[in-house]
Amino acid sequence: MAKRIEVKDLDIYYDKFLAVQGVSMTIEPRSVTALIGPSGCGKSTFLRSLNRMHELVPHARVEGTVVMDDQDLYGPNVDPVGVRRQIGMVFQRPNPFPTMSIYDNVAAGLRLNNARISKSDLDALVERSLRAANLWSEVKDRLNKPGSGLSGGQQQRLCIARAIAVQPDVLLMDEPCSALDPISTQAIEDLINELKTEYTIVIVTHNMQQAARVSDTTGFFNLQGVGQPGQLVEIDDTTKIFSTPSNQATEDYISGRFG
Amino acid sequence: MPATEQPVRPRTKVRQRPGDRIFAGLSTGAGVLILTVLGGVAAFLLIEAWPAIIAPADEIPGGEGLVLYIWPLLFGTLLSAFFALLIAAPLAVSIALFITHYAPRRLSQALGYMIDLLAAIPSIIYGLWGFFVLAPATLGPTTWLTEYLGFIPLFEGPPSATGRTMLVAVMVLAVMILPIISAVVREAFRQTPRLHEEAALAIGATRWEMLRMAVLPFGRSAIIGASMLGLGRALGETMAVAIVLSVSGGVTFNLISSGNPSTIAANIALKFPESTGLDINALIASGLVLFAVTLGVNMLARTIINRRREFSGAN
Amino acid sequence: MPTSTPERDIDLESPIGGIPLVHQTLPRWAPHATLATAVLAGLALVGAGIGIGLAAVLVVLLYGVAIYSWSRPIEGARKAKDRVVTTAVMATFLLALLPLVSVIVTVISRGAARFDIEFFTHSMQGVVGAGGGAYHAIIGTLIITGLAALISVPIGMLTAIYLVEYGRGKLARAITFFVDVMTGIPSIVAGLFAFALFALFFGPGVRLGIMGAIALSVLMIPVVVRSTEEMLKLVPNELREAAYALAVPKWRMIIKVVLPTALAGIATGVTLAIARIIGETAPLLITLGITTGTNFNPFDGRMATLPVFSYYEYVNPGIPPEPSLERAWTAALVLIIIVMVLNLAARLISRLFAPKTRS
Repeated sequence: MAKRIEVKDLDIYYDKFLAVQGVSMTIEPRSVTALIGPSGCGKSTFLRSLNRMHELVPHARVEGTVVMDDQDLYGPNVDPVGVRRQIGMVFQRPNPFPTMSIYDNVAAGLRLNNARISKSDLDALVERSLRAANLWSEVKDRLNKPGSGLSGGQQQRLCIARAIAVQPDVLLMDEPCSALDPISTQAIEDLINELKTEYTIVIVTHNMQQAARVSDTTGFFNLQGVGQPGQLVEIDDTTKIFSTPSNQATEDYISGRFG
Repeated sequence: MPATEQPVRPRTKVRQRPGDRIFAGLSTGAGVLILTVLGGVAAFLLIEAWPAIIAPADEIPGGEGLVLYIWPLLFGTLLSAFFALLIAAPLAVSIALFITHYAPRRLSQALGYMIDLLAAIPSIIYGLWGFFVLAPATLGPTTWLTEYLGFIPLFEGPPSATGRTMLVAVMVLAVMILPIISAVVREAFRQTPRLHEEAALAIGATRWEMLRMAVLPFGRSAIIGASMLGLGRALGETMAVAIVLSVSGGVTFNLISSGNPSTIAANIALKFPESTGLDINALIASGLVLFAVTLGVNMLARTIINRRREFSGAN
Repeated sequence: MPTSTPERDIDLESPIGGIPLVHQTLPRWAPHATLATAVLAGLALVGAGIGIGLAAVLVVLLYGVAIYSWSRPIEGARKAKDRVVTTAVMATFLLALLPLVSVIVTVISRGAARFDIEFFTHSMQGVVGAGGGAYHAIIGTLIITGLAALISVPIGMLTAIYLVEYGRGKLARAITFFVDVMTGIPSIVAGLFAFALFALFFGPGVRLGIMGAIALSVLMIPVVVRSTEEMLKLVPNELREAAYALAVPKWRMIIKVVLPTALAGIATGVTLAIARIIGETAPLLITLGITTGTNFNPFDGRMATLPVFSYYEYVNPGIPPEPSLERAWTAALVLIIIVMVLNLAARLISRLFAPKTRS
């Protein structure tokens, strides 16, 4: 299921403004890639460009290629809806659909993709997704209650269950723990460790300890200056980035000298 | 602007100055006056309707008592308002979707104004337009309807030769309540949290699926409340119906014939200037019924809308 | 599998249907080309003698069916449905603009005939047949609307001030709720109220300008309250606290700080409220009646107003009816111009004088 993504010379524009410039990286399957960097350096923009969510902003566009499975995601005939179906996303703040039950939240994507799915298949897939999100034991008795009644950490795991229910190849996480308390954060980090055996995961985080804990590869984004586009400064094994980074700016950032 | 909804103001215990007391008194008085006026509307209508309520049945116009006098009017009122709502509500929701989620963002405000202009046109003008433009235009279609769908009681016919039918009244009413419904629904759709929309898109929803998953459920109670508001407006609309509808009394569901029940409001407007004595009291009694019905509908609508507002607050 | 302790086996290999990453999509110009074809077909139908309305409906249907059957085999059912919904949503918007355009075109084309100087300078005193004007009705409308505004604006503003600055607890909640409910009172009921009120004291034959103004006030007050309330809520609390910190009493704070900040918004709201009531016909029909001559005194006898004038010219035309109907349409035209100008003025006021607190 997990797939490799190769990004080559990616420039991301909002209208005429160049937000991110010249990013090239390879995202390995069944691994966790963390993106770190100071605020406004374009790491979230870059993340959203991987499943074409950034296109929701009017006049946003990219140049360069994002290749998954020998297919350029920005090639002609590629449907953004199909891209998002295969590259799932988890957001900064938990966002279960407030009008849907826990069950319906997880089933939402499945119902879209397969209108004729049988009730028993759906039950099985919902259960599997909730188990995979380490949430099953906590919610199995109240599947028909609204998802908004859960705690923040549970809601976020519900959103992860919703994202993996459609069996994507890649999971993007945009600061998934920034709105959570330390215990919930721990639960999500454990979950990420389990999920990486099956998915390619890209996570944006502000928390360098988190990047060090959960990721195999870390990419550091930075701005050259105010008004300049964000750039990928360096990407390497997480252990190497946090011990002997090859770039001075990376070292300054991870040692807490700025950002 | 949830932050401005409930201004947090320190409650200071200051000695009341005369200026403060007068100003506070004045503004409180104005608020109480409004409640008094609303109560006064009910009270004065009741007083002036009373002679008709206690009058013997044969003195009421029609000679069969107040209830039988008002009932066909109430029927016509409810019939026209119901069908107007049936047409207007789906259109209004669709228009609200267009303005908030389909139209280019830069245009969306201007397009909203254009729909609001529909609400600004005085009802007398809708009446004249309905009479001179819309009614003649329905002659062909109503003939067709009778011919091919005449088995449905609504289109039984025979079609009116002037086009001044309940159908035209319903269409004019629908146009008139459309902007009111659409404005409230539009506001609700606009407040749909972006996060929910993105959540839907991120699991691979098309735009329509996203709207159905995130936007429509979020706006559901606003749609219901706004529809009730529109219903209230349609129930009380006077001049457009008075001009458009050719009235013969009687209770019928036939929308396209020349024999139509009148509505309470239109009946008052048509009869009042020439009425004297008990006739006026009977008209006011019918007005009291209309007031009660619209008050009920509006209170229900506001309760529904307000509940949603609490629901979707800052949490 | 990441599941820790599976309680029963689930078929992990069961494929679920989905949108493949790459599939054929319609070219970008597809909707435009389809639309152009549909419109051409529609024009051909019009040429063949079908009504324009019917042709337009057929064009929309044709477009919907065409884009669906083109998209379905290539892009799949979901995308095809999305395209159909998009078509439907856009069509309803255009459908809603149709009456707006039709009303405006009709009123202008029919009202232009008598849009002359005589219409604005003459009353209907002694006029039979052609000629005459709506001078008396215009004056009447201005007086009645002005009076209504004079009654409604202070009451409405004070109530809004109460709600925002003083109101707490049950009374405030009741007022807020019933002001909202009051916006839904049918205008004819407001007219009956004014009539009932005066009939009680002066007998059932009474017709006075002030009665009409009171009826209109019942309709206008809630609109003024709501719009003023919204504007007062937008005044940032920091401003109030800054004034308190200077030891200003509350009432002076409201008059010197809050009201001036919100003034542009309030003026916009009042203008829109006037625009809403100036076209009201029903309540004036039963409280003012109609006259042919000019009456400047709202406390003495019947007065003519534009909407009622238009109504009576339509309902009681002379023989031949054309001059009357022309006057009715011209009155409607004048009314629509007034309403549009007021709406435009309201937008201008809010744009030009908006406080710079929210951008």
